[in-house]
Amino acid sequence: MSWFSDNGLLLGLATLDGLSYAAAIFMVAVGLNLIFGVLRVLNIAHGSFYAIGGYSAASLGLMFAARGLPAWAAFAALAIAAAIVGVLLGPPIARLLRRTQHQEPVLQLLVTFGLFMILEDLQKLIWGVQPIVFDRPLKLLGNVDVPFAGDLIPFTRYQLFVLPGIAIVTLVALAWTLRRTLFGRMLVAVTVDREAAISQGIDADRITMVTFTIGTALAALGGALSSATASLVPGVGAQTIVLSFAVVATAGLGQVEGAAITALLIGLGRSTAIYFAPELEVVIPYLIMVGVLLIRPQGLFGVIETRRI
Amino acid sequence: MAFECIGSTLTRREAFAAMGVGALVLSGRLAQAQAARPSELRVGIATYLSGPASVFGVPGKQAAELLIEELNAAGGIAGVKVRPIFVDEGPGVDHFVGEYRRLVQSENVNILFSAISSADCLACAPLADELKRPTLLWDCGTQRIFEEGKYEYAYRTQANATPEILAPLLYLLRVKPDFKTVAVVNQDYAWGRDSWSLFKTGLETLLPGVKVVAELFPKFGATDFSTEVTRLLALRPDVVLSTSWGGDLDTFIRQSADRNLFERSTFVLPLAESSLQRVGKALPAGHIVGARGDHWFLHPSPKDPALLKRFTDSYQARFGAYPIYPCHHMAQAVFAMKAGYEKAIAAKGGAWPNDAELAAAFRGLEFPSLTASVKIREDGQGLENQIVGTTFHSDKYPFPVMTDMVVFEAAKITTPVGQKSVDWLKTLTPEVIKTLPAPVAFKG
Repeated sequence: MSWFSDNGLLLGLATLDGLSYAAAIFMVAVGLNLIFGVLRVLNIAHGSFYAIGGYSAASLGLMFAARGLPAWAAFAALAIAAAIVGVLLGPPIARLLRRTQHQEPVLQLLVTFGLFMILEDLQKLIWGVQPIVFDRPLKLLGNVDVPFAGDLIPFTRYQLFVLPGIAIVTLVALAWTLRRTLFGRMLVAVTVDREAAISQGIDADRITMVTFTIGTALAALGGALSSATASLVPGVGAQTIVLSFAVVATAGLGQVEGAAITALLIGLGRSTAIYFAPELEVVIPYLIMVGVLLIRPQGLFGVIETRRI
Repeated sequence: MAFECIGSTLTRREAFAAMGVGALVLSGRLAQAQAARPSELRVGIATYLSGPASVFGVPGKQAAELLIEELNAAGGIAGVKVRPIFVDEGPGVDHFVGEYRRLVQSENVNILFSAISSADCLACAPLADELKRPTLLWDCGTQRIFEEGKYEYAYRTQANATPEILAPLLYLLRVKPDFKTVAVVNQDYAWGRDSWSLFKTGLETLLPGVKVVAELFPKFGATDFSTEVTRLLALRPDVVLSTSWGGDLDTFIRQSADRNLFERSTFVLPLAESSLQRVGKALPAGHIVGARGDHWFLHPSPKDPALLKRFTDSYQARFGAYPIYPCHHMAQAVFAMKAGYEKAIAAKGGAWPNDAELAAAFRGLEFPSLTASVKIREDGQGLENQIVGTTFHSDKYPFPVMTDMVVFEAAKITTPVGQKSVDWLKTLTPEVIKTLPAPVAFKG
């Protein structure tokens, strides 16, 4: 009891930090989860979508600023970049991966890994190797002071409101789409049983293509949002995909709300570790993943599927 | 006819065969002893061309290309043109070891510059002796190489982690002698841990009683430091140390600046010279930065100002940025190679040296750097000065520059031959701070 009275305020700060971190990883992980749902392929190249989204947003935002566009255009740059990356990369890569759909999982992984390597080199070719940042959106919104033990701790409004806000909007929009729209129901049908869905007249290829594009755009949006706070460097995609896999595996493959809750769990776990056991910071997402998978191999929200022969 | 030989008998045929083999071996040795002047001098250069460390590796490669072109335009080394062959350290140490062997055995390089990664240097120093190919360790930081091993073919043309960390610590102790608390935010890998260990040991020796309020080691390549920043804002340490580099350091600086952490604590950033141009004036004035050597394009007292200016101007004109410390480290490797060959050739009266003779020439070699000179000690370790300064915002540059610069003399801050850094740091006394040179202000 006394530990909580001593550290309650610190836990409050850790929660604020954990929320924004969770929001950032949710954006990438949910796209990965959606794609796995329809394609049944663990897409390693998903990390590259995040990186390319970030680089594109930074380039577009800097171009807007150089042309004297109004300040709000910085936010538009983030969304436009994500949409462009989704539309340009999603359909061709979805078409390629569909060809591996019924192949051995090892082959699928190798193909996506090869794609990842190609896209990594493409990033270096276009943006070079020096870190790039585009922090205009963050600077526009400024800071807000949070009271803490007689002190004031400044947080950026971008971190406190924009990142969690966009994650919540994304979650609600996806949940609504999946449950309340025809497209969403068709997507669920393709995810649950592709052959049955096709037999009911659903164009599974089209659903797969659109879903892949949405997943790609979400990863790109995650990268675009992070370009305001973090420097983009070669290798950033690899860092992201590892953490996203941890979220997806912990949540259960194909789970949207599960991805949100797991991202929250990992985000809060990590920030709490930084405050009270910093040595555990790096391993905490994976400790959570291993702990969950030992108890529930299908993930926190996954369902056990009957194996088809 | 038979020949009696140590208790056995050789036939004439066997004797001729043995003589033939002997002649072949002897001729090979003679060829080795009297190495012919090559048509070109092949240099294997290991650097990061991919991954996060390519922020150093690519500028290093660019500097090598620029300097080798200039060297060749001036006639090469003793009339022999130099050809660089670059390999990528990015895929990791196992891949690097294969690349090192390939460079020696297939590409038949005459000399190697290797590497940025400390792990790669630890792997290649024994390989240099095994394959008997002269190798210049051009950028890696770990002090363990020559403290824990002895090598005939591996030499370091720059300093190591100990002076690179001790210099900023001494600078801090002079400009802020009364600080009570310190926190560290380092990358979670060997350099981050080892550099903190060196800093902490030196601090405990020179200013005992300083409280370490947080030891934070975010993962290598982290893109979000907001939780670390919040923690530091709440703790209000007098000093924040970070030996991070590349995108990690850029992000940490930006996120700290966005949330006014620089107003609450004095930052000590031993590698920040390489980030200044990227972070711009997000890094406020009044914080301590180092350069892994005396590498600074506005060095207050370069030994050859024309050399530094010519290189800075050429590099900036070609690559659009001021050269950062890996460019200087690469320059030192190129200059050391030239000086080493010239010394070995002179020792042979103008004949081309073999590998062993070239390797031996590096021991005790003194060669110019872009700002001063470097001497390779008898243990193979380079003695390189260190520059540390305080950030200052000048109208002349769109990024912070250094003011109150102190150039630390290499011999005074480098672990003596035969000693281990951690043990030596424990023998320091506060008197060392009083003997530091006077700081030099930025001159616009």
